[in-house]
Amino acid sequence: MLSLKNIQKAFGDHHVLRGIDLEVAKGEMVCLIGASGSGKSTLLRAVNLLDPVDDGEIWFDGVDIAEPGLDPQPIRQRIGLVFQSFNLFPHMSAAENVMLAPRRVKGLSRTAQRGRVEELFDRFGLGHRIDHYPDQLSGGQQQRVAIIRALAMQPDILLFDEITSALDPELVAEVLDVLRSLREEGMTMILATHEMGFARELADKVCFLEGGRILEEGTPAQIFDAPREERTRQFLSQVL
Amino acid sequence: MKTLMTILCASLAGSAAFADNHCAAGKTLTDGVLTIATGNPAYYPWVMDDAPESKQGFEAAVAYAVANEMGFADDAVTWVRTSFDEAIQPGAKNFDFNLQQYSITPEREETVDFSLPYYSSAMAVLTTQSVAEKVGEPTIEVLKGLLWGAGASHTGATMVGQVIAPDQDVLLYNDNTDVTAALQANQIDAALFDLPTALYLSAVVVENGALLGQFPAERSENPDQFGMLMADGSALKPCVDEAIQALTDSGKLAEIEAEWLQGATGVPVIQ
Amino acid sequence: MTKADENPAMPGRRAQYEAALRRRSLWVAGVSTSLVFLAILVLVPLAPGWEAVKKSFFNWGVFSKTFPGLLDAFLLDIAIFSWCAPLIALLGLFVAICRDIQKPALYPLRLFATVYTDVFRGLPVILVIYLVGFGIPGLGLPRPWNSPYIWGSLALILVYAAYVAEVIRSGIGSIHKSQSSAALSLGLSNADTMRYVILPQALRNVLPANMNLVVALQKDVALLSFVGPVEIFRQAGVYKSLYASFTPYVGAAIIFLAITIPMTRFADHLMNKRRKQEQ
Repeated sequence: MLSLKNIQKAFGDHHVLRGIDLEVAKGEMVCLIGASGSGKSTLLRAVNLLDPVDDGEIWFDGVDIAEPGLDPQPIRQRIGLVFQSFNLFPHMSAAENVMLAPRRVKGLSRTAQRGRVEELFDRFGLGHRIDHYPDQLSGGQQQRVAIIRALAMQPDILLFDEITSALDPELVAEVLDVLRSLREEGMTMILATHEMGFARELADKVCFLEGGRILEEGTPAQIFDAPREERTRQFLSQVL
Repeated sequence: MKTLMTILCASLAGSAAFADNHCAAGKTLTDGVLTIATGNPAYYPWVMDDAPESKQGFEAAVAYAVANEMGFADDAVTWVRTSFDEAIQPGAKNFDFNLQQYSITPEREETVDFSLPYYSSAMAVLTTQSVAEKVGEPTIEVLKGLLWGAGASHTGATMVGQVIAPDQDVLLYNDNTDVTAALQANQIDAALFDLPTALYLSAVVVENGALLGQFPAERSENPDQFGMLMADGSALKPCVDEAIQALTDSGKLAEIEAEWLQGATGVPVIQ
Repeated sequence: MTKADENPAMPGRRAQYEAALRRRSLWVAGVSTSLVFLAILVLVPLAPGWEAVKKSFFNWGVFSKTFPGLLDAFLLDIAIFSWCAPLIALLGLFVAICRDIQKPALYPLRLFATVYTDVFRGLPVILVIYLVGFGIPGLGLPRPWNSPYIWGSLALILVYAAYVAEVIRSGIGSIHKSQSSAALSLGLSNADTMRYVILPQALRNVLPANMNLVVALQKDVALLSFVGPVEIFRQAGVYKSLYASFTPYVGAAIIFLAITIPMTRFADHLMNKRRKQEQ
């Protein structure tokens, strides 16, 4: 479904991605692990076309979306991205946050969407919060709204950029439960994460990034129990 | 030191000699000198070429006539410049009297003193040729339909409302230049000025300017009379009044007026 | 365990100290304020020119005669203000958006917006009113299109929209990049991102700053009098000439303050509210 080939990205002199190759199949959940600054976030933003890559190819559904000059808008509608800092629109209620993009992009009226949106809120335990504003919600609730917002566009693939890192520890579980539920539903997902337990439990594939390269990839069992690379072993010993 | 003493003695002697004969002695700002103020700049036909010392122009000529009548030689007259507002502000004045077409009004006399009038002006309607042709015979009825303007600090501003009472709001301006600019931009049809100013503006400033007519002095409630402005309670006022009275009686004032404001004839009187 | 814990109604040492401090500063402020007022009341009338100033600036007879006329003239100020303000908001918003346009085809708009704000923020309002108010009608426009009300208002609109545009632009700049990232990541267009996500937040952020401009506009409406309209400032000037008294100006000042002080307070109130929200 998604195939990255030799992705290169630099910010000025700082070479962030140095040739990433990655295959993601439909329904797969891929976890990106690695120290801060290893390029996980940049990679996700590149796939969503927020930060266009300098070189390389991103094949998505038979199209190279890294082609310079391509209109990013229709692509982004099919590739959702959830941010570490939620990035909800503070001047809109939770429901409005969710309904804005389908309304403007797909032309769905509020009334046409309302039923489906209420279902999503109910499903993720936020039915009673649907008309609250972001500043009236806890971090965990905000992040769940952000996930619903991305889901409402019915994307083919969802990208999660360390979505639990900004949360208080006791709020992490409620967000991970959402991911678990999406996994069961068969959503294709790429996560940049520090939640090693979660990655080990649910990921189909785990990639260890360092210095803008995928140093090692494999099943959770391979990476967590028998890492081949010394650097992977060191990193895991620090975080586990 | 010796020279200083000489000068001192000389000036003392001078002022002493002056004091014997004249009403104004010791009442001017500077002893033996008459300080007269006018506008900055001062205009034709009141002062020619902005040079009152030349005695050319109506007010310049009147000023020297009054000074001479009061016993000041021509070279004992010095000139200063003030704005209109500056002169009617409360407080000390830097002139003995000020003449720049100040209309005498009872309200102004609350704050400052005026001499007897040295000129009584009719008000005239300044307009453009094209408007004048359209209007034809100027009657109050026709004038009501025009768009009127006036200088805000002139008595013309209130007179338009009182005498003409136009249908549309009057537009007011800071100075004559702005009034004429509005006239030329066709933003107003006509403006009210005292006759001498109107004559000057129509002849020199306004392209295709024309005078629609004049309201005789008795037509307005307060016929516009120009007086010399002095500080409130000025000790000099009786001397100035005496001089102006003498000049009026002798016909000298009318003579000066005829010389400098002779163009004031030939404008139809509005009935 | 301290005493305060046992008895929560008893103020702690810190609270007692702070209460004493507050009482002391209240007392000092009260005394010093009274002293200053007393000094003004006693000293000003002692000034040698006081009687003359009182007669010229605070003449009750002139005041009561002219005040109704001034109020009447002030209606024109309010009218001019009320048709200028919405147009300023619209033009200011348009220019602010133009200044951030990225599309090369629309570069002329961006250039125009940049030059526009530079020019009109760099000119005194009165100068623009003179140039536009007399200059454009002087080109020979027919009535009523040469009206000083139209062109004088346009001058005000041009100048104030330039300031409003800069304020709105700073508001746009104050919205964190992550907001547009979030909107774009959902597939929203640049225009929709601006319209639905950035601008609503930006405008809310700059509301207090714009309120200050509203107060300034209310005052600057008086400058239109320079091209003819007899609004309150001009009417006061006419009364000044008529009565040779500056009292009508004091009357006009009172009318202006009656409007602008509540507006200024409201702007401050908004500003404080915003500051609290940001904390």
